[in-house]
Amino acid sequence: MSRVVIIGGGPAGLACAIELRRQGVSEVVVLDREQQAGGIPRHCGHQGFGLRDLRRALSGPAYARRYVELADEAGVVVRPEAMVTGWSGEALEVTSPEGREALTASAIVLATGCRERPRAARLVPGSRPEGVFTTGLLQQLAQQELPIGRRALIVGAEHVSFSALLTLVHAGVDVVGMVTPYRRHQSLPFAGTAAALRYRTPLSTRTEVAAIHGRGRVEEVDLLELDTGRARQVACDTVVFTGDWIPDHELAVQGGIELDPGTRGPRIDAAHRTAHPGVFAAGNVVQGAEPADVAALAGKHTAAAVALWLRKGDWPARVHVSCLAPLTWISPNAVADDSPPVRRRMLLRAAAFLDRPRIEIRQDGRTLWSGTLRKVVPGRSASLPWEWTRAVDPKGGPIEVSAH
Amino acid sequence: MGTSKANTALLHTGFDAKPGTLEARLVRRGYELLSAYAPQAGIPIAAIGALLVAWDDEQLAAFPRIVAGARANGYDTIRELDVDELYRREPQLGPGARGALEVPDEGIVCPFTTPLAYATEAVLNGCELHRDTRVTGVERRGDGGFDVQTTGETFATRYLVNAAGLRSDELNRLVGHDDFTVTPRRGELIVFDKLSRPLLRHIVLAVPTGTTKGVLVSPTVFGNLILGPTAEDIERKDDTSSTAAGLAYLRREGERILPELLRHEVTAVYVGLRAATEHTDYQITIHAPEGYACVGGIRSTGLTASLGIAEHVRTELEAAGLELRPKPEPVSVSMPNIGELSPRPYEQGGRVVCFCERVTLAEIEAVLRSPIPPVDLDGLRRRTRVLMGRCQGFYCGAHVARLLQERPR
Ligand SMILES: Cc1cc2nc3c(=O)[nH]c(=O)nc-3n(C[C@H](O)[C@H](O)[C@H](O)COP(=O)(O)OP(=O)(O)OC[C@H]3O[C@@H](n4cnc5c(N)ncnc54)[C@H](O)[C@@H]3O)c2cc1C
Ligand SMILES: Cc1cc2nc3c(=O)[nH]c(=O)nc-3n(C[C@H](O)[C@H](O)[C@H](O)COP(=O)(O)OP(=O)(O)OC[C@H]3O[C@@H](n4cnc5c(N)ncnc54)[C@H](O)[C@@H]3O)c2cc1C
Repeated sequence: MSRVVIIGGGPAGLACAIELRRQGVSEVVVLDREQQAGGIPRHCGHQGFGLRDLRRALSGPAYARRYVELADEAGVVVRPEAMVTGWSGEALEVTSPEGREALTASAIVLATGCRERPRAARLVPGSRPEGVFTTGLLQQLAQQELPIGRRALIVGAEHVSFSALLTLVHAGVDVVGMVTPYRRHQSLPFAGTAAALRYRTPLSTRTEVAAIHGRGRVEEVDLLELDTGRARQVACDTVVFTGDWIPDHELAVQGGIELDPGTRGPRIDAAHRTAHPGVFAAGNVVQGAEPADVAALAGKHTAAAVALWLRKGDWPARVHVSCLAPLTWISPNAVADDSPPVRRRMLLRAAAFLDRPRIEIRQDGRTLWSGTLRKVVPGRSASLPWEWTRAVDPKGGPIEVSAH
Repeated sequence: MGTSKANTALLHTGFDAKPGTLEARLVRRGYELLSAYAPQAGIPIAAIGALLVAWDDEQLAAFPRIVAGARANGYDTIRELDVDELYRREPQLGPGARGALEVPDEGIVCPFTTPLAYATEAVLNGCELHRDTRVTGVERRGDGGFDVQTTGETFATRYLVNAAGLRSDELNRLVGHDDFTVTPRRGELIVFDKLSRPLLRHIVLAVPTGTTKGVLVSPTVFGNLILGPTAEDIERKDDTSSTAAGLAYLRREGERILPELLRHEVTAVYVGLRAATEHTDYQITIHAPEGYACVGGIRSTGLTASLGIAEHVRTELEAAGLELRPKPEPVSVSMPNIGELSPRPYEQGGRVVCFCERVTLAEIEAVLRSPIPPVDLDGLRRRTRVLMGRCQGFYCGAHVARLLQERPR
């Protein structure tokens, strides 16, 4: 009998579990450390979830509930309040109210998601008052109707930053501004105008938070204008650090799973196999962060390779794919066979705005693909074709992706 | 808790203290007393050993002086290691080390549990602890003793101990003495992700200069690595702000000492202020006829020396006429373990609330009902480690805020 254990019951883990049951895997267990499975969407109050995967528009909590229902109907064993606290590469050590147990599996899928880098990880100096949040924390405070603050500054201007704006406005918090070190915001074209017009929220581009001040509670933030070197102060009692994602890779590291230096998530091939036979990874643990429906589709896609592994037990060799600056990562970041990646595309990110960049993909001095993208926006994935992976020499050296 | 909650959390042998000072004696004695007390009180502690590394000829030339100083302090186990052995012990160390001194008994200790254990034991044995009560004035009573005015009530007392840390000089002046001034010396520290812990086995010390012990890298009892501290004299006694310059300096030093450390995520940044004075020793003076003990200027070794200082002050006050009768059945404390050196409650199973630090609901509930319960998030952090991990509340911040808000009062 084969048991598949999926660590993390967010969209990726649940979608993978449901598909595995559809493919006839007898025992599929999803472990999630939260009180309820469903992952991050559980506390994203706004609409727009489920378009690409469920073909409908739901609020985050409704979307999360839907996935848990679908999993139940499919016969998946979903275990909330079950945290994987250790992993030697063999048995998983599971901690739950029932105690401590060692769980073995024929295949393991890592679907532990990603988080936003908090203030300390970004080394923002100053004092350490209360009132400094990430979007993830902010959304949970809002959902549970806990106190947030009166005047907030948002750090970052990518998609999630505008979600933070909505959450703050709905919770009755004044938003004094958004700051980003980039020349423009990174969300959809109309997001910036909408923020300015509808919520009177000024966007300060080429601006950085230089320090946070306050005793007990945030009182003031020092901003630095990067082009002029000018400093200015903003009075506020709340600062929300948004975006700047890091995969929750702790368990992967503990299990000895190789990470990609670009994504800092497990290095995967197009079928979402990691370097370790029998271990797969899907969703935002692979790369931070894609929308929930994309994570769900990735989970579903992963199920095929899991089922194949259970039947055949093959683990193909692979060639690494890495990026040169200003490109930051590509996903998948290994090529093993000629199967297509999820949604038949590869995802590419850069640390800067690139206008009509020419992308080159080379192995051992040979160009596998080159072409021009319309644009690349930092914090958003551009799509690359995948068909060139068929031309990769499986015995050759690593593949490099560069932008010109 | 003032400076006691924000320091480097080393258990010093005192090998590098200035021989003959009160500090040298009390650090040594404090080391012995705390090493014995900690295990029974549930304070995480471990003598993991330190390596003091020289990075150039000048630093190497200081070794004989350091060894002689250690011997003068009664510390003989210090010994020199050659470069090969150093790198064999610490293979991740940056290139260019010239040699090292091994100090096998240097250790690490929990800076939060230690003062909290003292306070809890004091309270359980009848001490009244008035939190949020600042001393604003001291008047001498006609019959000897003092009226101590505070932001709360006024306390009449025969004996008075000034252990006001950074403000020990101000309180000293309120009592009518003026023999030292505290200049806060800021120390910034960076806490790295627990995934960095395997990089290092020992505490890696720098060769001290005249003014500071230098930047070190050390494991913590919680399983992180810390890098710091800086040393900068500042004006304000409440300015526990980190600075861009300080953090950049620490990162440069870290890059040199343990390059791989800088590839890891930063979990926290914190700042402590040393109660430095114009003198090179603790400012402990017992004014016997007055019944006043000044225990000030406890600069950068006070966590270790604490029990030694307490013993010294008690003995001196007894000599000054304070009568102490031992309690027939003193209550001892056993603090909840928040370190990674011995098993944590979650290892028996439970509802994990804080995932990064693996704090269970039962631990939080127990602390909310403890003799000195936390009144805010910071207090809860230091008693349980909630919110002190890599995500800084991204996952459990709201849950924890709710538990605190709904706590029984
Ligand atoms: C603040 C925020 C706002 C967002 N807003 C949007 C939006 O508006 N629209 C959108 O489409 N997407 C949004 N996203 C992205 C979306 O939520 C994610 O893409 C999606 O949730 C990713 O799914 P996942 O399954 O990979 O990870 P997650 O949803 O993060 O799920 C991971 C799960 O793994 C569990 N887990 C982790 N480690 C362990 C362990 N050791 N043991 C047991 N369980 C574990 C966690 O508890 C969690 O439930 C947002 C993300 C964030 C953080
Ligand atoms: C960066 C740094 C690194 C250090 N590293 C180490 C180390 O590795 N090992 C070690 O042993 N030591 C170390 N130390 C030193 C150690 O932290 C201190 O020596 C010790 O904490 C001092 O304790 P204390 O009780 O004197 O002062 P504090 O802990 O500051 O306590 C003083 C208390 O007095 C209260 N107070 C002040 N004024 C008043 C008033 N008017 N009324 C009422 N209450 C008042 C304060 O609120 C505070 O609670 C370090 C210090 C720093 C700053």
